[in-house]
Order: sequence, then structure tokens, then C-alpha cells
Amino acid sequence: MFKYIVKRILISIIILLGVSIIVYFLVRLMPADYVDIKFASQMLNNPAVAERIQEFKELYGIGDNSFLGILKGYFSWLGNMFRGEMGDSFIYNRPVEDVIGQNMWISFTIAIVATILQFLISIPLGITSATHQYSARDYVTTVLTMIGIGLPSYFFAAIAIKLFSQSLGWFPNSGLLTPTATYPDTFAGFMQKLGDISWHLVLPIFVSVILSIGGLMRYTRTNTLEVLNADYIRTARAKGLSEKTVIYKHAFRNTLIPLATLLAGILPSLFGGMLITEKVFAIDGIGNLAYQALRQGDIPFIMGYNMFLAVLSVLGTLFSDIMYSIVDPRVKLS
Amino acid sequence: MEEKENLVPEEQPIEPVDAVETPEAEIADNAPLSESEAEVAAQEAEEVTYKEMSPLRLVMRRFFRSKLSIVGIVMIVALFLFSFLGPPIAGAFTNIPWIADAKAEGHSLEAHVDRSHPITPIEDTTEIKDDEGNTIIVVEVVSHEGDLNNLADPSGDHWLGTDDQGMDVFVRLMYGGRISLLIGFIVVILETLIGIVIGGVSGYFGGWVDNVLMRIVDIFNCIPTLPILLIGTAVIDSWGLEPDEQIYVLMIIITLFGWSGTARLVRGQILGLREQEYITATEVMGLSTPRRIFRHLIPNVMPQLIVSMTLGLGSVILYESTLSYLGLGVQLPMAAWGSMIALADKTEILNYHMNVWLPAGFLIVIAVLGFNFIGDGLRDAMDPKAKK
Repeated sequence: MFKYIVKRILISIIILLGVSIIVYFLVRLMPADYVDIKFASQMLNNPAVAERIQEFKELYGIGDNSFLGILKGYFSWLGNMFRGEMGDSFIYNRPVEDVIGQNMWISFTIAIVATILQFLISIPLGITSATHQYSARDYVTTVLTMIGIGLPSYFFAAIAIKLFSQSLGWFPNSGLLTPTATYPDTFAGFMQKLGDISWHLVLPIFVSVILSIGGLMRYTRTNTLEVLNADYIRTARAKGLSEKTVIYKHAFRNTLIPLATLLAGILPSLFGGMLITEKVFAIDGIGNLAYQALRQGDIPFIMGYNMFLAVLSVLGTLFSDIMYSIVDPRVKLS
Repeated sequence: MEEKENLVPEEQPIEPVDAVETPEAEIADNAPLSESEAEVAAQEAEEVTYKEMSPLRLVMRRFFRSKLSIVGIVMIVALFLFSFLGPPIAGAFTNIPWIADAKAEGHSLEAHVDRSHPITPIEDTTEIKDDEGNTIIVVEVVSHEGDLNNLADPSGDHWLGTDDQGMDVFVRLMYGGRISLLIGFIVVILETLIGIVIGGVSGYFGGWVDNVLMRIVDIFNCIPTLPILLIGTAVIDSWGLEPDEQIYVLMIIITLFGWSGTARLVRGQILGLREQEYITATEVMGLSTPRRIFRHLIPNVMPQLIVSMTLGLGSVILYESTLSYLGLGVQLPMAAWGSMIALADKTEILNYHMNVWLPAGFLIVIAVLGFNFIGDGLRDAMDPKAKK
């Protein structure tokens, strides 16, 4: 087991190196770099700035866009990585790890609440849909949850904003705090602020839950159907156990085994933020920051964010393999 | 040769099974058989109470038994007709002024801006009460002449109104559908081709080849899809291509970061199939390696591949529309469902011109849903474990 994990981690390092090379070279090829965008307006009015633009680029380490220049940039980035520094974000002028660490929590809050709700809704739905296969209930849940899969997040977010925010006025449509509100520096004021934040988070969480229950529900349904055909379920029924015991005690636990593999996908989505949803609702989570960084050519942040996601997905796969061997002793790691 | 001829009389009795529906001529052909043989034939015909079906027909039968797969087929066929036949049909309606204009100017219907000058009356009512208590209602009517017929409400000329540029929403939905379906199909086919080659080679040879190829697959699998697509499309944006050329590059970019899943699927299947006896048999027969992989292994992976391709179509359409929504996919003046929904970012359009953005979203849902229904139906139909 220990040997297996060490081997997997070594392989992961190779994979992450590969990811970083591809992402870095593509990022450097992006058309507008940070300096161009930042000084665009000044360049128009002031020719002196235009002359010094190359100097600025050198300062940011993005002056030489030849193959060798990019290669040099990559190795200096890699060297910093090994020293545990991700470099300073161009936009925020702070170390990338600080920016990620600070803005990760709001994304994490949305994701954890959404994930819990997603599990609470889709697992029971999947099970009833499987136990009532081909019934009206099965068709209705399947179709409704599949619509959730097909909805583009920005489209559903637009509908939600139109309906609940603009027409009904129940929830705010963007940001985290009401811009005009002030909160006293007391405990009550803090609670008020917390309440305001959660009020702003209702719509983003709602959108992400609706979009994600479909996948998990179908997964549960397929697993349950498979388990219900197993021999031990027939045995349990033959013993004369009530249908309830058969399903909730014998079948249900076994449907959870393949769900362990879902861990691989959940880890990145818990911490990585949601690029589109956060952008639409103008929430300063890590996903929205990454979108801004992509738009403005903030290379250290883009690299940091992509590597953060890649590490999470490598770890997620490793955890899910280990989990799988724990919940199902028949599976051997090798 | 002689041996084979000898076999023929023994096989003949089977013929009548196939000939159940054949006319008398066939039976007459069989008449010269000796009596005992005819008896055997009759016996066989009686015993056969089942209908022989090719695997393909069996799959089709199971597929069409599911209501959802039929719904899926109907949705996708309707979408295809709408997108590909819609524009020529719309072009025939030359009695609609803007279509006639577009034809006269030689514009494509997709990008034609309706420059008719609509006159919108703006009414302003004021109520005044004079000293004697009489109410005086003053109605000011100002007629406003616009440059463009933009953000028009649905009407006989523009079935779903016009967007902020004065282009017809309904016709743009058709062209957007063309783009989405085209990109979806081409990307999925390319992904499958790459996946078959890499996964096939990797699974068949195993050892270090497998190790190297699978690490490459892992690398592509670990790259966060949406961010890398945003970066990639931003790069091709800078090449200054024409919008219609850019679509091809867009397809390549989506393919490049999407094939790893297919490669994994093919490899996994082939690892299992490789150990089966019929592959040992091909080896004994001395067939070449490419022939063994691509003629004998890959066809057995096809059922799973077809399912994953159908389900993949939905997700490619979602990615394409997301990129178009962010302004990085299909560029104006070409229409794309994603960029039509992006208009809803303006509060005015979001609130008062739902005809501009809502239909595009519904079409995306229909496309993804349709492909998912078909994919699910195919999976159930092709699963050998499934009940008949």
C-alpha cells in the first residue's frame, strides 16, 4: 500500500510537469499580455510610455516571446515552484498563493453547501427511480434531472436572475454584500453581515445544485439497478425480509461503493470554484478571479490556478482509488 | 473443393427456415430433394419457433422499445431539419421585406441587419388638475425614428424579433444550430479517431508503450478543460482569422483537450479483449498487428464507443456554447447559441427582450437532452446483460 502510494505520487509529479509545460506555453502565446492591456490607454496619449513598454515587459519577465525566451520563462517559473513560491500576481501585486488562499473560501462555501444538497437530493431520487424502474416516477425524475445536465450554467443563471431577482425581487443578483448596507462592529452586526452574505449565496448555490444533481442521480440509478439484480438481494428477499430492509439495508450500502470513485471529481470542484457561475453572479471566488486573470494575461495567477486544479484532480484520483480499495476489499491496489 | 460440395446437401435443409416468406418458386426449387431430406426440412421448419435476427436488428428493436430514445431521435432530427433546411426555406419567403432586402444586397440571412426605419410612437400622459377641480389629461405623442430595427418584438416579419444589432433572432437560431451540430459531430469524430489509435496501440502492446501513452493521456486528463480552452481560443483569436476559418481551429482546440477520455475507454476495453481466445487465433493465423488491432479488436469496442460518442456530443455542444458565450468561440457576425445568450448580460435585454436569449438556451437544452436520450437508449440496447 505504502509503496503503491509513493509510486503514484512520483508518477503524479511527472504528470504535473507535463501539465505545467503545456499550460505555460499556451499562456505565453496568448495575444494580449498584461503590460499591453495595462498601458493601452496611456500609450495612446503618451508616446514616452510606448517607448518604454518593452522595458516594462522585461520587468514582468514576459519580454522575449521567442521559443527560447518562453523556455527560459518556464524554467524560472519552475525554479520558483520548487522553492515553494508561485510568484506575484500581476493584477493583485501579491503572492499567488495568498490570493488563492484568501478567495478560495467563498468558492469552497458555495461548493460544500451545493455538494451536500446535491447528495441529499440525488441519491434518494436515484434510488426511488431505480426501484420504480419504467414507472411514471422514473421517467419524470430522469427527464427532469437530464434537463439539469443539458442546461448551460450561464443560461440557467440568467433565468434564475430574471425570475427570482428581477421579477420577484426575492434575492440579490450579484456580489456578496448589499452595497449600501453598513454593519456595526458588534456581534449583531457580524451576524447581520453573515446573513447578508448567505442571502447573496442562495441563487448561486441553487443554480449549481440544479445543474449537478442530474449526473449523480443517474449514477445512483445505474448502480442501484445493478445491485438490485445481484444474488444477495434475491437471497435477502427469499429470506422474507421486508422490501424496506432489502432496499435500505442491503441494496443501499452496496450502491455506495461505486460512489467512492466520485471523490476524484468532487475534490477539484470543491476547491476550484466555478468559473462561469461566479462570473455571472459577480462573486469574487477563485473561479471568477481566474477568469479575470485569463482576460488580463496575469500569467503567475493563471499558472497557479491551473496547477492548483491539476494537483487537486491528481489527488482526487489517488484518494478515490484508495477509498475504493477500502470500501471494497475485493479491489487490490497494484 | 470436393469436400465442400459434399457438405451442401447437409446444409440445404436449413434453407426453408430462411425461405418462410419466399414465394412458391423457392419451394419448387426444393421439390427435387429426396423424400427423407424433405421430411428433415419440414421438421426443422416446424421446430423453428423463433425468428432469427441479426445483432443490429436486435439492438434496433431494443432501442426503439424505449420511449425516451424515440423522443431523443425526434428532437435531434427536428433540430437538424430546423438548422439545415430552415435557412433555404426562410430564403423562399421573399414577401418578407427584410429577407427581400438581404437577397437584393446579396447578404447571408444570418448576418443581415434590418435597416428599416421603424417609427415608434412614445406616449407621455400627464394629468393636471385645475383650480376648478377639472382633470385635464395631456397626451404627448412623440414619434421616434430609429436607424435600425433592433430589439424588435416578435412579429410577422421577425418571428422571434431582432437582436441588439437588428439581426433576425429566428434565422440566427438556425445558423447557430448548424454551427453547434457541425462542431459537435466533427469534434466527436476526431476525438474518437485519436482515442482509437492511442488507446488501441496502448492497450494492445502494453508494457512501456502503454506506460508512456497513458502518462500522456493522464496529462491531458489533468489539464482543467474550461481554463485551457479559454487560453487556447484566446490564442487563436490573435491569429486574425476570418470567423469561418476560426471555427475549424476551434474544433481542433476542443478535440486536442478532449480525446483523453476516449483513449482511456478504448485501452481499458482492449486490455480485456486481448486475452480472449479469438485474438490468440488471429495470432496463430499470422495476421498483421494493425489488422489484428483495427479489424478484430476495435470493432468489438464499437458499441461502447458509439455510446460514449453520442453522450460526448452533448458535452461538446455545451463547451462550444460556453466559449461562444464568453466571446471566445464563434465570432460575430456568425451566429452561435452561446453568444445569443450572452446578450442577456445586459439588464435591459435580460428583462424586456426575453425573445432574444431564451430560445437559444432552450435549443441547447434540446440538443444536449436529445443526444443524452439517444446515448442512454443505445447503451441499454447494446448491453448484452440487458433483459430482452
